[in-house]
Amino acid sequence: MDLELFLQQLANAISLGSLYALLAIGYTMVYGILRLINFAHGDIFMFGTYMAFYMMTSFMLPWGAAFIIAIILTIAFGVLVEKAAYKPLRNSPRMSIMISAIGASFLIENLAIVVFGGRPKSLPVPDLFNRIIHIGNVSVVSITFITPIITMVALAILMFIVNKTKTGMAMRAVSKDYEAARLMGIDVNFIITFTFAIGSALAAIGGIMWGLKYPSLLPLMGVMPGLKCFIAAVIGGIGDIRGAVIGGFILGLIEIMLIAVFPELTGYRDAFAFVLLIVILLVKPTGIMGKNIAEKV
Amino acid sequence: MALLRTDKITMQFSGLTAVLDLNIEINDREIIGLIGPNGAGKTTAFNMITGVYKPTKGQVYYNDKDVTGLKPHEITKFGIARTFQNIRLFKELSVLDNVIIANHLRLKSNLFGSVVRTPGYRREEQEIYEKSMALLKDVGLDDLKDEKSSNLPYGKQRRLEIARALATDPKLLLLDEPAAGMNPQESHELMGFIREIRDKFDIAILMIEHHMQVVMGVCERIYVLDYGVTIAEGLPDAIQNDPKVIEAYLGVD
Amino acid sequence: MKNRKTQLTIILLIVTIAIIAVLNITLDSYKIKIFTLCGIYIILGLSMNLINGFTGLFSLGHAGFMAVGAYVSALLTMSPELKDSVFYVAPINPFIKVIQLPFPLALIVGGLAAAGIAFLIGAPVLRLNDDYLAIATLGFSEIIRVVITNTQTLTNGSLGLKGITRYTNAWWAWGIAILTIFFMIWLIHGMYGKAFKAIREDEIAAEAMGISLFKHKMMSFVIGAFFAGVGGGLLGHLIGAIDPNMFRFILTFNILLIVVLGGIGSITGTIISATAVTILMEVLRFIENPINLGFVNIPGIPGMRMVVFSLMLMGVILFYPKGLMGRAEFNWDYFLKKKFLRNRKKSA
Repeated sequence: MDLELFLQQLANAISLGSLYALLAIGYTMVYGILRLINFAHGDIFMFGTYMAFYMMTSFMLPWGAAFIIAIILTIAFGVLVEKAAYKPLRNSPRMSIMISAIGASFLIENLAIVVFGGRPKSLPVPDLFNRIIHIGNVSVVSITFITPIITMVALAILMFIVNKTKTGMAMRAVSKDYEAARLMGIDVNFIITFTFAIGSALAAIGGIMWGLKYPSLLPLMGVMPGLKCFIAAVIGGIGDIRGAVIGGFILGLIEIMLIAVFPELTGYRDAFAFVLLIVILLVKPTGIMGKNIAEKV
Repeated sequence: MALLRTDKITMQFSGLTAVLDLNIEINDREIIGLIGPNGAGKTTAFNMITGVYKPTKGQVYYNDKDVTGLKPHEITKFGIARTFQNIRLFKELSVLDNVIIANHLRLKSNLFGSVVRTPGYRREEQEIYEKSMALLKDVGLDDLKDEKSSNLPYGKQRRLEIARALATDPKLLLLDEPAAGMNPQESHELMGFIREIRDKFDIAILMIEHHMQVVMGVCERIYVLDYGVTIAEGLPDAIQNDPKVIEAYLGVD
Repeated sequence: MKNRKTQLTIILLIVTIAIIAVLNITLDSYKIKIFTLCGIYIILGLSMNLINGFTGLFSLGHAGFMAVGAYVSALLTMSPELKDSVFYVAPINPFIKVIQLPFPLALIVGGLAAAGIAFLIGAPVLRLNDDYLAIATLGFSEIIRVVITNTQTLTNGSLGLKGITRYTNAWWAWGIAILTIFFMIWLIHGMYGKAFKAIREDEIAAEAMGISLFKHKMMSFVIGAFFAGVGGGLLGHLIGAIDPNMFRFILTFNILLIVVLGGIGSITGTIISATAVTILMEVLRFIENPINLGFVNIPGIPGMRMVVFSLMLMGVILFYPKGLMGRAEFNWDYFLKKKFLRNRKKSA
């Protein structure tokens, strides 16, 4: 592989990695607080993309407005999923909650098939995101550069919220010790809602950028990215936001680079993440940034 | 030869030392107390002996055999059984099943035999049933055998947990706060009960207990932990009058 | 009393066989196919219930085990000539081409292959708990599917296998279902089944009682995978064609739906709900087809069936988490006692 091709693939890897990172943050935050895999997170991501599509095509909104409205609608949708599928089961056995999460995911996917239709829809890509940029002999679509930048901005805002605001402090408290936080007078339900809202907003941003890069929308488009991003969160150390970002980038890098180096592995692309998951769980189950916690006997 | 001997076992959790250089020795048929204020590391000591935690340092010997770092189920097979501080019964299962399950580790039949119900398996199952019923009778729960175990009153749940531990045929029984939540009448009965099972099953007992009357009344020797360190050991009378113990424990209580 | 129960069980068995025989004669071929499918889903539901319901392991790998069973058994019953004609993109591996086994043997080998894969997967993943186990088993199931899609000379890749002889009939499916039911009942009531339940109730206590968590989880996982593999094999020989897309996560979801609906940890519940769900899946096809009411035409809505099933799962888990049976089982005692009471009343 020559240098130009390498740089091109690296740009792709970083772009994909930042999409994974956006989605992985949603998993890690929800897991940190509720100890729950939000199976529906990938579908929330799908929802965000479709909303952007409908805002741009049916409502003929300019893309900026369309994206913002899509993000707001996705936030509302994510919060709705939490209220309907997770909140009623807060004190149920874990298996029930997981089944509910899987059920919610399937319900959203099947509703999407019915409502949005099973045929692929293509998101109109505004010119800004579709320019070909030439650097030397390397030519890259502008979305490849825009994605990491937007991810970094979103991440900076998120870090500010989590580390510097009162709500962020409460979030950290709830994820450290749910019961104690409740006893300290923190409105746990509000914090959970807020967490889902942030996760959904990031999923929507990720979804829109995904749609700009791969403009073919399908009701099941969130399934694989969803699973992979949960894995990215595990790789980074579940519950840790920085870990999720690192995990997302690692996964993006490995996926793109392995195929670039071994094109014969292309068919196995969707299996990489799972293989990586198994390896991580065997070597360091707590992930890169995770800490060991012993169960109390 | 001691039945159980720990050689300077130490447990650290990410920098925090829960237990430091603990040496315990228990002989056959002894009843030993392990006391100390909350957070002194008593349950951690239990967890190291029973294989739930692997000691950061030090060795556990059972009948002079090094059993450090073995899995809990292997330790149980050797002959060390335990109860838990916050009762851990198989809640949804019947009282009888709770005891029957504790016989599983000595089962000789294999899975296939159990499914096709070979004569050998049936014989074993019958023996286990009879043994379990006898055990339930010993602890006075035989008439409740079909009750869901979580439906039992608190004191009876504790008894069932002890019966379940006894069903694994231990030589050493570890009791984690058996008198917790009991009224004076019940804890008085418990003292008799502990002696009874020692005599009947011919076992040694190591117990963590906060209830001083029970500890002083039934234990032959006592170890006192404070912040993970052994501050005293000896006969009940000596412990009661040890100024260090009084300062660390009795004085506060 | 005990003899009485055995007699009743034998009578029930004979009645069931008679029902199968009667249905087999009276139903048309489409309905027989659904009836056969019920038997297969009973096997699949029970195998998942063993792992998830009785042992408390949240495994989502069923589709993968079924795929292994289906592929292995299909490759074993297909004749060399048929294989040659099906593998037209790339020639089949010569060793696999020549081996051919009778159907029942092929099913068993398919089940064993699934069990073997489960054994290999179990070694790393059964150390994990709850959602980690769920996602890891789901991951392995996907890996199996991806591997099948990409090993052209073994599996014919994404084209799948076609022209599989349709050996599976109502007798095979229900015969094996009945065997599975008895196997599960005896397993669950025996000492090993009790050990599984102990692990489900409290892992730490089970381990402290001398039960090796790993060994028993593995047993349950491997047995479950075996029956899933057999079920997969039956399914392949019922439909006559298999391809990797059949074994997506949605298949695991369907079986999970059966287990949850029937009651997680109830054999009886699984039997009832497997039958009900299978029939419902067919009956509900009408909502996907256009309906003509004479004066008005309602267009069909494709995908509506799965919406109904997802809603059903959500409804059950949110409002009736125990499902149909909870952990209760059908029991002769109940009937005998009732009858006894009735007789007493009469004499009084």
